Amino acid sequence: MKLIDLKNSFNKNFQLGNFIPQFLLLFCFVLLIFYFTKNAQVNLLARNITSGFDFLKTNSGFDVQFSLIAYDGSYSFGRAYLVGLLNTLLVSFFGIIFATILGFVIGISRLSENLLLSKLSQFYVELFRNLPLILQIFFWYFVVLRNLPSTEKSLILLDFLIINVQGFYFPKFIFSNFEFIIYGVAFSILTIFMLIYYSNKLFYNSGKRLPVFKLSIFLLILFPVILSFLGNVGLKFEQAKLIQNFGIFNYVGGVKLVPEFLALLFALSLYTSTFIAENVRAGILSISKGQKEAAKSLGFNNSLSLKLIVIPQALRVIIPPTTNQYLNLVKNSSFAAGIGYPDLTSVFAGTSLSQTGKAIEIIFIVMMTYLSISLFISLILNWYNKKIAFISK
Amino acid sequence: MNIKHTFYWCKKNLFSNWYNSIISIFCIYLIIITIPPFVDWVFLSATFEGKLKTDCKTSGACWVFVRVWFEKFMYGFYPVENIWRINLSFLILILTIGTSFFVREKFKLYILFFLIFIFPIIAYILIRGSFGMEIVESREWGGLALTFILAIFGILVSFPLGVLLALGRRSELPVFKYFSICFIEFWRGIPLITVLFAAAVMFPLLLPADFFVDKTLRIAIGIAIFESAYIAEVVRGGLQSLPKGQYDAARSLGMGYWKMNFFIILPQAIKTVIPGIANTFIALLKDTPLIVLVGMAEILGMINLAKANPYWLGMAVEGYVFAAAIFWVASFFLSSYSQKLEKKFSTEKK
Repeated sequence: MKLIDLKNSFNKNFQLGNFIPQFLLLFCFVLLIFYFTKNAQVNLLARNITSGFDFLKTNSGFDVQFSLIAYDGSYSFGRAYLVGLLNTLLVSFFGIIFATILGFVIGISRLSENLLLSKLSQFYVELFRNLPLILQIFFWYFVVLRNLPSTEKSLILLDFLIINVQGFYFPKFIFSNFEFIIYGVAFSILTIFMLIYYSNKLFYNSGKRLPVFKLSIFLLILFPVILSFLGNVGLKFEQAKLIQNFGIFNYVGGVKLVPEFLALLFALSLYTSTFIAENVRAGILSISKGQKEAAKSLGFNNSLSLKLIVIPQALRVIIPPTTNQYLNLVKNSSFAAGIGYPDLTSVFAGTSLSQTGKAIEIIFIVMMTYLSISLFISLILNWYNKKIAFISK
Repeated sequence: MNIKHTFYWCKKNLFSNWYNSIISIFCIYLIIITIPPFVDWVFLSATFEGKLKTDCKTSGACWVFVRVWFEKFMYGFYPVENIWRINLSFLILILTIGTSFFVREKFKLYILFFLIFIFPIIAYILIRGSFGMEIVESREWGGLALTFILAIFGILVSFPLGVLLALGRRSELPVFKYFSICFIEFWRGIPLITVLFAAAVMFPLLLPADFFVDKTLRIAIGIAIFESAYIAEVVRGGLQSLPKGQYDAARSLGMGYWKMNFFIILPQAIKTVIPGIANTFIALLKDTPLIVLVGMAEILGMINLAKANPYWLGMAVEGYVFAAAIFWVASFFLSSYSQKLEKKFSTEKK
C-alpha cells in the first residue's frame, strides 16, 4: 500500500507540468541563499569583520544588572547568551504561573451568577486585552515602578516586603539541615501513592470513597514537619538592610527583584491572563447542560460531577489554546528590550550585537533559540492533543 | 413598585447568598476606590487650556501636554504643511472600506483588488511625494500615522502572500508543501522583535553595498512577511472547512488548479475567515508599536521623546494614557466588529 502511494507520488512529481514549477522554486531559493551569502562575504570583508562563532569565547566586556548566574565583563559572550536565556526563561516561568492563576480566576468569575463580578471581570478582560503589550510594559515601568518612593522612604509591608524605586526586596530564606525536609516530602509522596492505590482498591471492593485529596494534603504537611523537628531544621530570614554609603542609602542583602523584571512580569501576566480567561470561559461553556444533568441523575454530587465530568471535558477545550498563549508569552518576553531587562533579545541581539557587529551570527542564534523553544512547546502540545483526542468509532 | 423591583433585582443578582454578598461588597469597594479618582483625574480636575506646563495648576491630568504635542504624536516629524497628504490617503482608505458595506457581493471583490494592488501605490505617492509634490523621506514619517501605515501595509501585502502559502501548504506537490510548512512554522516560531532587529541590522549585510533599501521599507517588508505566516494559517483553516465536494465539483466541470481555487475555493474560504483575518489585523495593530525598539519615531517613541523634554518632565502618564485610549478604542471596536461578523457567518451555516 505504502509502496503504491510512493510510486504514485513519484509519477506525479515527475510529470513535466508538476516538475518544472517545483524545480523553479527550489532553484530560486538556492539562488537567493547563494546571492545573500556572496553579498554578506563581500560586505563583511569591506568592514573587516570576520565571520564565524569564535566570538562566543571572547570576553564580553559589558555588565548586566540582573543575572541568575555569576557574570561580569570578564566572562565570555557565550556566558552572556546563557544569562539572557536564563532571564527569558525566568520571566516566562513566573509569567506563565501568574497568568494561569489570574486567567482561571477571571475566566470563572466571568461566568459567576453575581452580575457585578462577571461584569467587572469582563471589564478587566476588555481593558487589558485591547492595549498593546509594549505600552503596558512602558506604563508599569515608567509610570508605576519608576515613581515609587526613594530608598530612604521605602514602603515596608509587614516587615517582609520592602518596596522602593530600586525594586522589591524579599527576605532570603536560609535553611540549615534542609535535606530533612526533602526526605519528608519524598516520604509523603510515597505514602500518597500508596494511599491512592489503597483507596482505589477500597472503592472497587466496597464502593466507599476516602477523602484522598484532603488526606494527601495532610500527609504532605505532616511528614516534612515531623522530620524537620527530628532533624533540627533551622530557618533564618535574612532581611535586606539599609546601609548608608557616601551619603547614598542602599538596601543590601535579601532577594532583590529589579523594577525591569517586575514591570515585564506584571505586563506579561495581566496581558496573557485575559486570553487565558477567555479560553477558560469558552471551555466551561462548551460543556452542555445535559452532561451535568446526566451526572446528577447518576447520583453524582456537585463536587464529584465537577471533578469527574465537567473539568476533564473542559480541560480538553482549554489546554490547547492556553498552551499557544504560553508560547506567545515566551515570545512576548522579548519586549523586555524596551525597558532594558536583560533577556535574550536585549542582552544578545541588543548589547552583544552592538559590541561585536556580528549581526548575522547573533540574529541567527537568537532566532534559532526562540524557534527551538516554540517547536518544543508545540511538540508537547501535539503529543497531548493526540493523547486526549476523542476516539470516534 | 419600581423600588421594590430594584430591590428584588439586587437580591437576585448581587446578594443571593452570603458569599455572593461578600463578593458584591468587595466589588463595590473596588469600584469606589478606582473609578471616582480616575474620572476626577481625567476630567474634573484636569487642565485642558494652556500652552505651557506651568499652566497646569490643578491636581488632575495636564492635557495641555497632549494638545501641544498632538501633531508630533500623530505625524512625527512629517512637515506640517504636507500633513494633508497623509490625511487624504487615510480618507481614501476609510471611504473605500465604507463603500464596501453598501455594495453588492461582486463589487466587494473589486474593492479588495483595489485595496491590495492599487491603494498602496496611491498612498505611497501621496505620502512620500512625487509628481511635483515635495518629497518627504520615510525617515521623517512618524507618530501614529506611521503605526497605521505599517500595520495596513503589513496586512495588505501579507494577504496575497498568506493565501499563496496556505494553498502551498495544502498542495500535493512536496516541494511546495514542505517549503510552505517550513516557511510558516519558522516565522510563527520567532518573536516579531527579532524580525525587526534582523530587518534593521542584518538585512543590509545581505544586499550589495550600493543597493540601498531604506529602513522603513525594510521593516515594513519584515512585518509583512512575518504576518503572512499568520494569515496563511487563518486561510488554511478556511480551506479545511470547505467540504471536499466543492473540489470534486470544480474538477468535474473541467477546471484547472488555479481556476478552481480562484473562482470556487478561495472566495468561499476567505469569506468564512474574515473574522480571523480581522483578529490577525488587530494583533498586528497592537504589535506594530514595537518598531519603537528599533528607533522608529512611532507614537510611543514620540511620547518617550516628549516626556524627556526638559520643559515637559513628568508628563509620561498623560502621554501613555492618551496613546492607550487611541489603541484601546481602535482595537476594541475592530474586535467587536469581528465578533459580530463571526456570529453572522456562524448563523448562515446552520
